[in-house]
Amino acid sequence: MDASALKARANRRKLIIQSALIVFSALIIISAIQSAQVNLNALGLASGFGFLERSTGWSYSFSLIDRDINDSYARTLTIGFLNTVFLGLLTIVLSTIFGFLIGTFRDARNPALKTAATVYIQTFRNIPLILQGIFWYAIVIHLPGPRQAMSLGDAIFLSNRGLMIPLLNVSLTVALVMVLVLIAAAFLMARMKISVIKIVLALIGLGFFMVLIATGLTVPAGESAISWPELKGLRFVGGLTISPELLVMIIAITLYGSAYIAEVVRGGLAEVPKGLIEAGEALGLTQRAIWARIKMPMALRTIIPPLGNQWIFIMKATTIGVAIGFSDLFYIVSTSITQSGQTLELIAILMGAFLLVNFSIAQFINWLNESLKLKAH
Amino acid sequence: MADAMVSKKFDWQRFRRRSFASPTDSVITVIVFAGLAWLVWQALNWGILNAVWSADDVEQCGHGGACWSVIDARHRLILFGLYPYDEHWRSTLACLSIIGTVVISCFPWTWTAKRLSTIWIAGFAIYYLLMEGSLLGLPQVTTDQWGGLALTLFLFSSVVLIGMPMGLGLALMRRSEMPVVRGFASLVIDLIRSLPLLTTLFTAAVVIPILLPSWLEGDKIWRVIIAFGLFFACYQAEVLRGGFQAIPKGQFEAGKALGLTYWQILGRIVLPQVFRHALPATVNNVVVTFKETAIVIIIGFFDILASANAAFGTGEWAPYYIEVLAFVAAIYWVFLFGLGQYGEYLKRRMKVAER
Repeated sequence: MDASALKARANRRKLIIQSALIVFSALIIISAIQSAQVNLNALGLASGFGFLERSTGWSYSFSLIDRDINDSYARTLTIGFLNTVFLGLLTIVLSTIFGFLIGTFRDARNPALKTAATVYIQTFRNIPLILQGIFWYAIVIHLPGPRQAMSLGDAIFLSNRGLMIPLLNVSLTVALVMVLVLIAAAFLMARMKISVIKIVLALIGLGFFMVLIATGLTVPAGESAISWPELKGLRFVGGLTISPELLVMIIAITLYGSAYIAEVVRGGLAEVPKGLIEAGEALGLTQRAIWARIKMPMALRTIIPPLGNQWIFIMKATTIGVAIGFSDLFYIVSTSITQSGQTLELIAILMGAFLLVNFSIAQFINWLNESLKLKAH
Repeated sequence: MADAMVSKKFDWQRFRRRSFASPTDSVITVIVFAGLAWLVWQALNWGILNAVWSADDVEQCGHGGACWSVIDARHRLILFGLYPYDEHWRSTLACLSIIGTVVISCFPWTWTAKRLSTIWIAGFAIYYLLMEGSLLGLPQVTTDQWGGLALTLFLFSSVVLIGMPMGLGLALMRRSEMPVVRGFASLVIDLIRSLPLLTTLFTAAVVIPILLPSWLEGDKIWRVIIAFGLFFACYQAEVLRGGFQAIPKGQFEAGKALGLTYWQILGRIVLPQVFRHALPATVNNVVVTFKETAIVIIIGFFDILASANAAFGTGEWAPYYIEVLAFVAAIYWVFLFGLGQYGEYLKRRMKVAER
């Protein structure tokens, strides 16, 4: 056989394999649809998304927005989605802050800091997250009741009803606007290449200023600007109550996630060429300046891609909330499945939501990566 | 090697110099070490000095120390779940078989495809024959009675055993020249990797029965294991992709020039190197899989976490939940820390080899 005949044969083979794969996948999908119809008919269930309009009739532990036992499935699922995104973003931010701190300690010269960071990482990384969650939850629900609550300066209380902290006496909208203004200001200052320390100081000042104005404008006369948690009878009123479920999820995911991110940060710092650090020392820079001006900027480029994977991991890890009864999206979906029987539709919603969120995180990380890239000479 | 040994020895001089490099450093050193010492002392006090050890003196529990009596009384439940009490020796041997398999495959002389697959299949077969029993002429125990650590190890070993060839297959498909095959593999890998493991397992446990005709459904445990295996495979495929990228293209071309077939090039030239490059990441993937098996409690399996909950769930032992959870955490920690350190050691060793 000559070369062209061989090539033609190879091409034919490729065509056959690929068509077989397509036919095979199509067959699986078609037969799945058929047996789904048979099985659903046997159960007497109608498929479709009509059930989203029905009211649920069951309650759950946590919601960011107003809720009612007669909410529709659509609204309940939205609440679950918001809870997942809220918990995910909050723990991503906390884990990243603690992760960078502990990763830096792990890389420090001081043996004491190094030891402490190593102990932290090896403890929290090597125990399954769900076990840590169950452990903290068991501890929190066995705490003393509100009457014997542990307190810190009569402002913060910890009891088996959760953590009670003081809260600014402003509406949610006002608080949201303030946060958005702060983020926008931080972004603008970062674009203007102002140093990190100055940005932080400016943000603290701006935040303080906004709080003064907002409380002055919106808090009615006679009420205090800050709402303090107070024991009234058997329960606390005022302030902000963080429920045991939310509190435990935040603690567990932050400990676990920060241990992982600390390892990523340590890896990044270890990759920085020694010559650069020695050059900094030769120029007489302090250790802190070497860290802020040389090590971290160099290390960030190796840290960002695996950091993105950790963020996606944390977002996915919120699903273990179901083990302790935190009403994240997975909890809401699995309860909805038991209550309504609309398995296929609800699983599709669950998967779609996670694909959307994780895709957004991946895009954000790509953007971050692009904007931090060393510009070619 | 000798040099490495010497430099590993603790450098007391450097330790002192670095601990007290500046006044700030000295203060930090003192505070942090004092804090750590306090933690260790508290743990020692609670866990050993004030602890009650034997199940006979339960009444002495609850005086500021750990009550290890609960472990003494309930360790069979925690380790073996609802497995028939008289047959626990089988569970013990079966667990040892899996642990032995993992330990043996840590030795480099086992690292050929033939030896590794033989060891894992043999270890898994011993486990299954002992636990199930009917083929060895022992009383039959069905999978729904398996539990505790034994079930966790079963899930772990079957997931790795099923997932490894699936991962290799997906990695090869993703490198294929055929766009449909490549697209199919990419779709599966990216989809499974963006979904939480819990969603995948839940789908296998609850949704798949709707999509399959009833004669194909099979046991819930096998559906979950296959789905978990797919999850493992998708991460393993990405690990192997990193390994493939480290092989220069010239090696494929050299193989082709010698007239070797695709499978010969793969089996004799490329894959041995790919696995060598991907080894630390593979160990890491196995470690993560062992850790993630804890999640099956949510979809209703009686794994070690569920049996731990059961151990303190009733009456007299209810106040001693911390001891039980600490016991289970310690089991996980020993396995995971050990395997993790082994992975780190491999990484260091390979760095030396590359120099």
